[in-house]
Amino acid sequence: MAHLLNTSFISTTKTPSLYRPATLLAQPQLKKPTKIQAKIREIFMPALSSTMTEGKIVSWVKSEGDKLSKGESVVVVESDKADMDVETFYDGYLAAIMVDEGGVAAVGSAIGLLAETEEEIQMAKDKASTNAGSSSAPVAAAAAAPAPVEAAVSVSAPKANDSAPKAKSVTGSSVHPASEGGKRIVASPYAKKLAKELKVDLSGVVGTGPMGRIVAKDVEAAAATGVVVDTAKTNVSVKPDAGPKVELGSVVPFTAMQAAVSRNMLESLAVPTFRVGYTISTDALDALYKKIKSKGVTMTAMLAKATALALAAHPVVNSSCRDGKSFTYNSSINIAVAVAIDGGLITPVLPDADKVDIYTLSRKWKELVDKARAKQLQPHEYTTGTFTLSNLGMFGVDRFDAILPPGTGAIMAVGASQPTIVGTKDGRIGMKNQMQVNVTADHRVIYGADLASFLQTLAKIIEDPKDLTF
Amino acid sequence: MASLSISLSSNLSATRSSNSISDLYLSSSISPQSLRFCGLRRAAFTPLKSSSSKQLVSKQCRGKLSVCASANGTVSGGFDYDLVIIGAGVGGHGAALHAVEKGLKTAIIEGDVVGGTCVNRGCVPSKALLAVSGRMRELQNEHHMKAFGLQVAAAGYDRQAVADHANNLASKIRNNLTNSMKNLGVDILTGVGSVVGPQKVKYGKAGLPDTTITAKNIIIATGSVPFVPKGVEVDGKTVITSDHALKLETVPEWIVIVGSGYIGLEFSDVYTALGSEVTFVEALDQLMPGFDPEIGKLAQRVLINPRKIDYHTGVFASKITPAKDGKPVLIELIDAKTKEPKDTLEVDAALIATGRAPFTKGLGLENINVETQRGFIPVDERMQVIDANGTLVPHLYCIGDANGKLMLAHAASAQGISVVEQVTGHDHVLNHLSIPAACFTHPEISMVGLTEPQAREKAEKEGFEVSIAKTSFKANTKALAENEGEGIAKLIYRPDNGEILGVHIFGLHAADLIHEASNAMALGTRIQDIKFAVHAHPTLSEVLDELFKSAKVKAGVSSPVGEPVSV
Repeated sequence: MAHLLNTSFISTTKTPSLYRPATLLAQPQLKKPTKIQAKIREIFMPALSSTMTEGKIVSWVKSEGDKLSKGESVVVVESDKADMDVETFYDGYLAAIMVDEGGVAAVGSAIGLLAETEEEIQMAKDKASTNAGSSSAPVAAAAAAPAPVEAAVSVSAPKANDSAPKAKSVTGSSVHPASEGGKRIVASPYAKKLAKELKVDLSGVVGTGPMGRIVAKDVEAAAATGVVVDTAKTNVSVKPDAGPKVELGSVVPFTAMQAAVSRNMLESLAVPTFRVGYTISTDALDALYKKIKSKGVTMTAMLAKATALALAAHPVVNSSCRDGKSFTYNSSINIAVAVAIDGGLITPVLPDADKVDIYTLSRKWKELVDKARAKQLQPHEYTTGTFTLSNLGMFGVDRFDAILPPGTGAIMAVGASQPTIVGTKDGRIGMKNQMQVNVTADHRVIYGADLASFLQTLAKIIEDPKDLTF
Repeated sequence: MASLSISLSSNLSATRSSNSISDLYLSSSISPQSLRFCGLRRAAFTPLKSSSSKQLVSKQCRGKLSVCASANGTVSGGFDYDLVIIGAGVGGHGAALHAVEKGLKTAIIEGDVVGGTCVNRGCVPSKALLAVSGRMRELQNEHHMKAFGLQVAAAGYDRQAVADHANNLASKIRNNLTNSMKNLGVDILTGVGSVVGPQKVKYGKAGLPDTTITAKNIIIATGSVPFVPKGVEVDGKTVITSDHALKLETVPEWIVIVGSGYIGLEFSDVYTALGSEVTFVEALDQLMPGFDPEIGKLAQRVLINPRKIDYHTGVFASKITPAKDGKPVLIELIDAKTKEPKDTLEVDAALIATGRAPFTKGLGLENINVETQRGFIPVDERMQVIDANGTLVPHLYCIGDANGKLMLAHAASAQGISVVEQVTGHDHVLNHLSIPAACFTHPEISMVGLTEPQAREKAEKEGFEVSIAKTSFKANTKALAENEGEGIAKLIYRPDNGEILGVHIFGLHAADLIHEASNAMALGTRIQDIKFAVHAHPTLSEVLDELFKSAKVKAGVSSPVGEPVSV
């Protein structure tokens, strides 16, 4: 295997910022004010690329107590792209492994201890056990640090130490049906890949592809019923079918994302909010949706578009109160839409939703969802919303109320559109599809009348949606 | 040397009519002084005086005047030809061109179309498809486009136009090949060729009488055909080989590719770019056998995992039935070791990319007591054919896929040139380890020499040390400018003397980058020397520059840079 790192690999990455001796795996103990004896050296997680903030231990080549000589591979580390062998700069003994295989450590944090002599091994081990608590702490701290506060919800890079146990529980719960000798499942490669990513059990998916094969869109459809679009901003992920197995009686710490949600929820308590509801008929919207669905238009995009058009007529509802003293009238209408993703919640943003046409908006939405799923959303793609939409309609929820994301002025909770018996003005009774929307707003800047007239405009647009398609 | 002898011979034939033969010798012997202006060092001329190529030229010129004026040579010794090549693929073509250059009267026999597999059903049309797939991939990658600040509306393609591009390219290259041989005066004989006896070949079209010709030397260059394992029924529509796939008659929604070597990988690149989903079936335990394991691992991360591809390893496709009567293509998988049934796949199409089998039937090898081994014609390191008794068959050579040494178009051509060198009196043994190979996925993979495990095994046996150096495309300015920082180059070398044992590249334009390494290996250049070579900045070639510079060689510079030469 590779013997590089300190020799060849690093010498090539000559970007100035990289040219620090990031590769010193086992550094003399001079810099760190720990009490470890000089002859016990820490093995650090190296920076293998400019973008690497943490690394995963693929495998330890050596075990505790093994003798190491300078230049030998000790551990294999997985960075963003490649697995790299990491070698020691010093002779000695691998005294303690502080991050096990499969574990993740922040760049620069200690992953193991190197003792110079055999006698020092035990000493190093003691040290490692006292450090055990703190050795995982830097990871958690590093993970939490980049979480932005602006957004209602924030996502930092996926944390492998969080996802690892989850992955295990899933593989445990979903047995491969084909191997059971039962009915075979025929699914295309991409469908299988998606199913794995979205944690959809293929045995419950109806295939619509050639000869009943399960294709990507079947998995997406199945996942959509499982995707929770949740504005209640709680950590409870609602999974109607076969949710992830949780060990009862256990205490599970927040992931970075969940911690950010929690922080934002608390922050929202400092904002004086109130709520205004409205019932809107959707027959015309449903008809339009049927017509343009084939062109890739989604209901989410249509709702976002309608909301954006209504906001354009009521700029105050698109404003926010940043400092408690003034109105901030936002220059653009960016509709954030809450999306539940595995173990958390994120709000991808459709920028300039009032100006962009419905087809582009739908494509943009698809791209954002794909990115959210792949955990590739950039901060500007989920922190720049000026108005938030949350839709629990697909679960049959007819009404609910949402918590205002800090930094914005209002959020709208959308319920299911349902056939309802309606009395009309001319004294007849008829059936109409109706949905309830409920806006939560910051009363420092948005008043009751503002919301009322905004909702009236929105209802007009949705009940006569010809403007949506231009 | 080679190019020098051409210019001399053409000079000679131009002046020959008015000068006596002794004048010719005189004019060639004074050339070192008079030709200095052309920038060649005097030393380059010295061995030429005694070289047999010069004698050969003058010998021909003593023959018939009219033939001497044309490029194709005349024959001595009562043969119809100096050299007859059976098979006009890339190997035969390379040999023919070099033979004419060396003054041999040359004929080439082709029973199908000029260009062989490479030009008509292999490397050439597949490059056309891959050029399309590379662009599709780029245009579909919104993230990539956005990083450039480009906005592209949904990219689409016209299947027939893509197929036409591949077909047009093949016919263009085929014409170029044919014309290049015609212009040099190589006789292109149409029909299926076979060996009748020593130095005797017959050829002819089916149903017509055969023509028999004699030749001083014969090269067999009949190439190969796609290998189809037992139990696989190829119908050319839903169960296909690379021959059919290159016509791109359909783009199936889901295709199984049996075999994850070069051919399978390249097609997976094409099909996934055009919207297909792919399942690999690989008999070995890991994908991409034959590549350096580290490169394979990285390539899998980039070329397989993020794409719409899944795979089954350690399994054979024991039975493949084409789609018919509304049923899909059925593929039965058995465990490669236990032979127990493992799975059944129901897909839209299957591409058989399990390698290639030599095309050596009907060559009349029994007439000269040669037995093929699994279809391959046994040869020695000079490509001379070995008969059933293990003795060399005089004047009979076999190059390219038919001998199975290294089944690559350019290897066949190199072998052909090597044979021509030998029959014109220069002993020449081709160093197969310096022949590069490339896989034209996006990004490309290329390699030359040994893989790391091979090098370690050799080192163990011969008792030397092996070191590895690596550089990343992430550190290369040009690669970053292209937003294509994905990739590494890996150098396997001897730290004691700086010998390059192998170079493997995965990254943008890897196939074009490998030649600096392969040339260094062919010429025996050591790392301590080549690291002083200058590369233009900013170019991808700096990846290799960095690679050589990062190697730690204990030996000093083996020789000072050659004396300055006035030009």
